Amino acid sequence: MSMPYLSVKNLSREFKAQGRTVRAVDNVSFDIPVGTTFSLVGESGCGKTTLARVIAGLDKPSAGSMLFGAPLDGRVHRTQMIFQDPYASLNPRWRVGDAIAEPITFQNLRLRTDVKQRVEDLLARVGLSAADTAKFPHEFSGGQRQRVSIARALAGEPSFLVCDEPTSALDVSVQAQILNLLKRLEKEEGLTSLFISHNLAVVRFVSSMIGVMYLGRLVEVAPTAELFAAPRHPYTQLLLEAIPRIGQGRRAVSLPAGELPSPLAPPPGCTFHPRCPAAMDICRREAPALRTLDNGVLVACHAVSSGGQPVRFMPGAAHPASSFPLS
Amino acid sequence: MKTMMLTVRRWRQSDLAWSLGRTPEAWISALVLLLYLGMALLAPLLAPQNPFDLAALDLLDARLPPAWVEGGQLKYLFGTDGQGRDMVSVMLYGLRMSLFVGVASTLLSLVVGVTLGLVAGYMGGRIDNIIMRAADVQLSFPAILVALLIDGLSRTVLPRAVHEQLSLLIVVVAIALANWVQYARTVRGVTLIEKDKDYVNAVRLIGMGRARILFRHVLPNILSPVLVIATLSIGLAVLTEATLSFLGLGVPATSPSLGTLIRLGNEVLFSGEWWITVLPGLLLIGLVLSVNLFGDWLRDALNPRLK
Amino acid sequence: MIMTTLNVTTQAAAPLLSVRHLRVQIPTRHGPLTALDDVSFDIARGEILGFVGESGAGKSITGMAVLGLLDPPAHIAAGDIIFDGQPIHKLSASQMRKLRGRRIGAIFQDPLLSLNPLLTVGDQLTETMRTHLPMTRDEARERAIEWLRQVGIPSPAERVDAYPHQFSGGMRQRIVIALALCAEPDLVIADEPTTALDVSVQAQVLELLRTQCRERGTAVLLVTHDMGVISENADRVAVMYAGHIAETGPVDQIVNRPRHPYTRGLMGSIPPADQDVLWLQQIDGAMPRLSARPTGCPFHPRCKHATEQCVSTRPLPHPEGVALVACWHPQGLAVEGVAA
Repeated sequence: MSMPYLSVKNLSREFKAQGRTVRAVDNVSFDIPVGTTFSLVGESGCGKTTLARVIAGLDKPSAGSMLFGAPLDGRVHRTQMIFQDPYASLNPRWRVGDAIAEPITFQNLRLRTDVKQRVEDLLARVGLSAADTAKFPHEFSGGQRQRVSIARALAGEPSFLVCDEPTSALDVSVQAQILNLLKRLEKEEGLTSLFISHNLAVVRFVSSMIGVMYLGRLVEVAPTAELFAAPRHPYTQLLLEAIPRIGQGRRAVSLPAGELPSPLAPPPGCTFHPRCPAAMDICRREAPALRTLDNGVLVACHAVSSGGQPVRFMPGAAHPASSFPLS
Repeated sequence: MKTMMLTVRRWRQSDLAWSLGRTPEAWISALVLLLYLGMALLAPLLAPQNPFDLAALDLLDARLPPAWVEGGQLKYLFGTDGQGRDMVSVMLYGLRMSLFVGVASTLLSLVVGVTLGLVAGYMGGRIDNIIMRAADVQLSFPAILVALLIDGLSRTVLPRAVHEQLSLLIVVVAIALANWVQYARTVRGVTLIEKDKDYVNAVRLIGMGRARILFRHVLPNILSPVLVIATLSIGLAVLTEATLSFLGLGVPATSPSLGTLIRLGNEVLFSGEWWITVLPGLLLIGLVLSVNLFGDWLRDALNPRLK
Repeated sequence: MIMTTLNVTTQAAAPLLSVRHLRVQIPTRHGPLTALDDVSFDIARGEILGFVGESGAGKSITGMAVLGLLDPPAHIAAGDIIFDGQPIHKLSASQMRKLRGRRIGAIFQDPLLSLNPLLTVGDQLTETMRTHLPMTRDEARERAIEWLRQVGIPSPAERVDAYPHQFSGGMRQRIVIALALCAEPDLVIADEPTTALDVSVQAQVLELLRTQCRERGTAVLLVTHDMGVISENADRVAVMYAGHIAETGPVDQIVNRPRHPYTRGLMGSIPPADQDVLWLQQIDGAMPRLSARPTGCPFHPRCKHATEQCVSTRPLPHPEGVALVACWHPQGLAVEGVAA
């Protein structure tokens, strides 16, 4: 079991809105082992972006702690981030070469004479050319801008990389290029990463561990294969069921109706109970804590037992990859 | 040299240059402005007479009408004023003074307004409140009133001799302080938007301080709107100065501006000596009109939404 | 259901919508840009045709062209749009307005843009219905409440007097669906109807759209970038690339046995939710911008199978089995020449 590179304990982030307090991130705890990619997945309003910003250091938590351990090979701990919007993540008035050079010069990572070469090397590594140094962001496509952002992030020589929905704004074929690139670079650089997405298929591709968030809380944390094979939490099952299947034709989707409640007025107890087929009395009163099951998976649900077989709560045909029976 | 050629070529191929060529109001007003600028800068060379050289003046030549009117002389193309000064020369020097005050006060108000706007937008909170409330208070006064207030106040406070020496500076400062608010507001608005953008976040990650981020990253993005405001305000500044001079405040009498001339001519207007007021007036109108037309075009050309 | 015989009936009956050689251009100071070039397709009555492609391919513009809602200066430069036997591409603005709503409905991505924030949902429904159908105010109100019930809004009798901002995103989109269908159109253009919704709501809303349209025999032009949405909801699919249709065919064929190299690359780029892969198939490069479209086949710069013919001559769509493919070298045939 690798040492955790990042250990998050009881992290919360509150905002004041319309006279009320919104807990965008509610008492979240998890560990990221060194050299791995951990994904946070969830729908809008689940708090994954807020959490990512707090972990990256762009925002302060209201409560709880975050502890970074030792990076690989005794490197210096540095965090870098790739952002969602390729059009807002580069300064439109700066040449791309200058934007990539800035982390290098500001942090004194290279001698002044070596900076130009380093920038060109980074551009080559992300699949762009040295001639692109003098161009402005508007001369690039969305996918190319993300490559520039990746080059800029690498220029900062990070040991920890936070990726906030880096491909959500990109077309599918460009997404494939960027995801492949990220995966390769993370391996080559030995980075520990936190990957944020709403797309479970993308998350399956990039990460070794997945945390599912709902309205600011972590409801399930499991290794990727385990999450997809046997999702424990009813919300995870709902998400997996809702993913459109490709190549299997029409499918009757009979998921429970209902949508995300407003974060300003979350339901009492377990925030998922209004949509949960397995809701019991206790679910309406008491929010379940994140417990460790016998196999190491973390789940926050009253209906899930610590040992034994996973139970299917959501109706619908079983997911092709899942092996457990309909209850 | 090569970079200059490259810049020139880039500009010629740019959308801005294309728009300039296509819009008659734009390139005509640009040419006129260049003409004005030339006249103002080269006034000492162009003026047939130095109007400040008392020895060259001949009081007998006072109040001569323009050359094309009966009684005029070719030597004094636009006639002379009450002290025998050649109108052409006096107008050139007056234009020079008007433009100087207009541009200087615009620059000063730009610097003050942009800085305050950046600080207010980036810091937010109490500092933002203080600056914006100050702006609101100032906006409730007409700009001319503010300028009058500052100028008039300085006259009462400072001893006469000191005031004489500083009067030009005071005029520039007065007009600048009357007009900083529009810069501050616009810059604050843009700063509020830009500071939350991800490229600012990216720079925060490497540990850069707020002030440095403001000037290196946010400032280049506000230049466009600021340029438009500045161009349009030069006209306003020139008019404000003209008004102040017309009212007897403003620039010292020893270096009259177009406004001063209009005032001087106004006193003798009803005795039929129209050229002393009307000709400087027309020059002033031409200047302000050209600046405004050019500024209007620039604002539309730089507006990303209209692209 | 009638699904298996749909192909047969499609060939027999005249199509509801027939687009032939449509060209949409946008004039600029450098010359006209061609957003759509020689686009042809049919939609049969009651059929759901999926229009899939990446951004800039021209799928939204196609929907807008059919609706007569092209943003000037974009305009139809050539081609025909024939709706129920009548050419509609040259109709005046007021004639198009009558057609929209009554015969052709529209659902757009952002419900906030489709719904008037100042009117109650009931008013919007009744106004739309009474504009196009003969009914009294009371009848319209009853129908409006019934529509809300049909699209799954709880307590419809009370909610009919609520304003759009009082509903959640998914609910709003359901109301938009009701609004699009309440005048009983024959065709609905749905442009990315669920892209802005969360995945758990997306499934519900799409199912609603599908069942409602099936029940009423309404045809749908479903425009989206999401292959999963297409796979689960469309009967036939047209794949767009750089202003052209690369491939058209029954959904099962296109999704499972695509012939055009672009479609094949596209399907391979999608990360599979049901298995672990080490790398995704990627198509290098990016879709060309409007101002830089290549000669011949628009996909040739990115295509592994491109030949000189592909560079010089644009391939026209021709039948390959049950599909229409615009490619000189369609892929994926097994040895015997039978579709793989």
